[in-house]
Amino acid sequence: MTEAAETRRPGVVTRSSPRGAGLEKLFEYLCFSAATMLLVTLGGILVSLVIGGWPAFSKFGLSFFITSTWDPVQGVFGVAALIVDTIVVAMLALLLAVPIAFGVAFFLVELCPPILRRPIGTAIELLAGIPSIVYGMWGLFVFGPVFAHIVEMPLMNAAPPGSIWDKLTQGVPNGTGILAASIIVAMMVLPFIAATLRELLLTVPPQVRESAYGLGATTGEVVMTVTLPYVRRGAIGAVMLGLGRALGETMAVTFIIGNAHNFPKSLFDSGATIASTIANEFAEATTPMHTAALLASGLILFVITFAVLAMARMMLGRGQESVVA
Amino acid sequence: MLKKLAAGFAGIAAAAVCTGALAADISGAGATFPAPVYQKWAETYKAQTGNQLNYQPIGSGGGIKQIEASTVDFGASDKPLTPDVLAANGLQQFPTVIGGVVPVVNLPGIQPGGIKMTGPILSDIYRGLIVYWDDPHLTGLNPGLKLPHEKITVVHRSDGSGTSFLFTSYLTIMGPSWAKDVGASDSPNWPTGIGGKGNDGVAALTRQTEGAIGYVEYAYAKQNHMTYALMQNRDRHWVTPTAANFAAAAAGAQWTSAPGFYLLLLNQPGANSWPITGATFILMHKHQTNAAAAHNVLAFFDWAYKNGNPEAVSLDYVPLPDSVKALIRKSWNTILGPDGKPVYH
Amino acid sequence: MTVSAARVASRRLSNGVFVGFCYFVTAIALAFLAAVLWTLIQKGIGGISLDTFTMDTPASGSRGGLLNAIIGSILLCGLAMAIALFIGILAGTWLAEYAGDGRYGSAVRFINDVLLSAPSILVGLFIWYLLVAHLIHHFSGIAGSLALSLIAIPVIARTTEDVLRLQPTSLRESGAALGTPLWTVIRAILWRAGGSGILTGALLAFARISGETAPLLFTALNNQFRSFDMTHEMANLPVVMFNDALSAYDDLERLAWAAALIVSVSVLGVIIIARVLTREQKSR
Repeated sequence: MTEAAETRRPGVVTRSSPRGAGLEKLFEYLCFSAATMLLVTLGGILVSLVIGGWPAFSKFGLSFFITSTWDPVQGVFGVAALIVDTIVVAMLALLLAVPIAFGVAFFLVELCPPILRRPIGTAIELLAGIPSIVYGMWGLFVFGPVFAHIVEMPLMNAAPPGSIWDKLTQGVPNGTGILAASIIVAMMVLPFIAATLRELLLTVPPQVRESAYGLGATTGEVVMTVTLPYVRRGAIGAVMLGLGRALGETMAVTFIIGNAHNFPKSLFDSGATIASTIANEFAEATTPMHTAALLASGLILFVITFAVLAMARMMLGRGQESVVA
Repeated sequence: MLKKLAAGFAGIAAAAVCTGALAADISGAGATFPAPVYQKWAETYKAQTGNQLNYQPIGSGGGIKQIEASTVDFGASDKPLTPDVLAANGLQQFPTVIGGVVPVVNLPGIQPGGIKMTGPILSDIYRGLIVYWDDPHLTGLNPGLKLPHEKITVVHRSDGSGTSFLFTSYLTIMGPSWAKDVGASDSPNWPTGIGGKGNDGVAALTRQTEGAIGYVEYAYAKQNHMTYALMQNRDRHWVTPTAANFAAAAAGAQWTSAPGFYLLLLNQPGANSWPITGATFILMHKHQTNAAAAHNVLAFFDWAYKNGNPEAVSLDYVPLPDSVKALIRKSWNTILGPDGKPVYH
Repeated sequence: MTVSAARVASRRLSNGVFVGFCYFVTAIALAFLAAVLWTLIQKGIGGISLDTFTMDTPASGSRGGLLNAIIGSILLCGLAMAIALFIGILAGTWLAEYAGDGRYGSAVRFINDVLLSAPSILVGLFIWYLLVAHLIHHFSGIAGSLALSLIAIPVIARTTEDVLRLQPTSLRESGAALGTPLWTVIRAILWRAGGSGILTGALLAFARISGETAPLLFTALNNQFRSFDMTHEMANLPVVMFNDALSAYDDLERLAWAAALIVSVSVLGVIIIARVLTREQKSR
């Protein structure tokens, strides 16, 4: 064991006393088991979703993925609309969150007066800390009506009939639906992207930035042509991290999305994401097939999120992500 | 420092795990409709007897599922199970209170009771066939009203609901086309509209959306001061949703000839009968493994039948007639403990 | 080479746009935060009184408060943190001290980071499947705590590993020079040195799980009454919020907002404390 320790940590020799030797091994084993628990957990989630969802997969086969009929009474289930809605909401949320998050990160790193840096940084972290369900309640009761009056109705009335805008603004202007949900999710996701990107930007060596300034570049030019490209890979990782979170967001979406199993035909249409459907229907799924369908859609969500988060991890490398709330 | 923190958490954890169950705790789950009155009864019951009944409103579908899985002591559902389903699962059901399902609208300028609806029109609206508020069907029915040229936003339940079951069952009675297109169910495949979670979700969405129409249990319509519609009943009278009219619908009901108390009080005869009325039900296993828990459940409902009327009325529910309560008590003799004897006398 | 004035002007303009944009979006983000906090205070304060902290959740029309939900949340989070600290610190220690650069270590790190951001509702489903559906057959506070702990463990493991890696090698060398076994070095020296960092991680994890609703929906459910029995349903603030936010009854809706205020204030308070601790660490 001493040799192994030496190769692991050159210069540090670990000698164990005869009494401590057994305990040392025990302790190492304990730590190892704890670490393995993480793998077991992930495996457990995967296995339980597969076993639980298997009846739905075996009964419907491919049609489970490509049809959108969700009829608990007839026992016919298809998650196409759910998958599309989940991805649409997440993508729209990212579309809104990424510019804001990048702007906030740039602000904190380059533009912010040093005294305000800490408070504003903490404030952004607070944005991440607010529980998801509070965002849902706020979204439905406060944001919704305001959004309906200030944004949805004017947009609906202003859209020239027959144009693409008209198609996009069909639906009920009551502050719920795909767009409203996307905005709330964007608010929740942006602090994660901002915090991660900020950590990344801080890793850029000062000499690189200063040499750019020395050449006479403006702040904007330094950021866009020097700093950001330096961390390009990590920045993409940060965005994907945001995407991963947006895909799994449950409570905020459940309150605002309107819960209709259909393909979104417009921005104000109601929809249903996989997560919101599980939250809404799981407690009352009376038939085993309904439960299986929900678990199966959970598995699909798991696979999608896992893929996105894995890619984010690869882009970010290690130690770049900040553990925000 | 870390040690103190860990010790603190461990102390809480130990306290949590070591304390055992308290006196006579019973658990039930199910329909959101009767939740206000069950929780009110539970509160008073605890104050009077010290026994705790924890009722969680997770929807009728959830109540049925949980009792079938025996994860709760009783389930509650607005949708009664048919005698075959009851027999297949070894369940017994009995009603507790009666309520009405009320269509509500959100149209500025229209007072509660200021608009008239019929079953066929509701059926067309909910199938997406009547799209605008100033449709001739609606204006013909309400000649005195100025209905706007606005799209009707249909609001329904997003979760499995006994209220939906009552509503869709009524629409099925009102016309074969509903039966064919959608049918009666607690989770129908709604052709159109947006979904709200629970009676409260439907109420919230309807209140927030101009031009919306929804259906809720009466208590929710009254509590939220919503604009309810008058309906035409079987005797072709226009009736208001009130506790008296729900009771009128229930008055003629033949409970004695309903096995398993399976009775939907829809479209009942009577000048004042509200057309969409129904009872809400409790589900229990016929063969109980835990006789004490079953005893406590029945003791609670016996107490509620004796003492709970005023509280039910104050929350806008209609108590059952005494004759029905006597029938229910007699039916409890078939709920047997492990020793084969009835758990409650 | 001369630079045209137009070119300089256009660069200045685009810089102005850039800077303006950054200020603008930061203001938007802060405005959202302010709006949410304002709503919480405005709607939540109305529901807060002495009753809120002394009485249990009521049926509509009765006097009541949130005491059972507060106690329940503390119990659920307390047990979850106890589990999460135990497993998380050990896991993080393994990753920092024993794993080295091996493939298994990289895999565990990778999985840990994925779990960090995984949808919490899936964790709830997993525990439901394992405990509620198959092993224990009814809702329980233990299941709820287990679900919460699975969310907290990756946070604690990650921060523990980071903190331990930051400790200078000289600390380990001094321990080894005295002849102490590695595990004693870890316990007596490294954990102690990294204590405040690990504490910060614990606080962040606690902040995270105390607001989680989805994992509790099918595990701990909720309880109308005060109960200390973790083997059955346990009252908690997030599910009270979920049930009552849309209630038809105004008093219950006020209660939901009061709960939202209490949860948010404690979460934000914990985050601020954690930030303050981090600053103290860094300045040391």
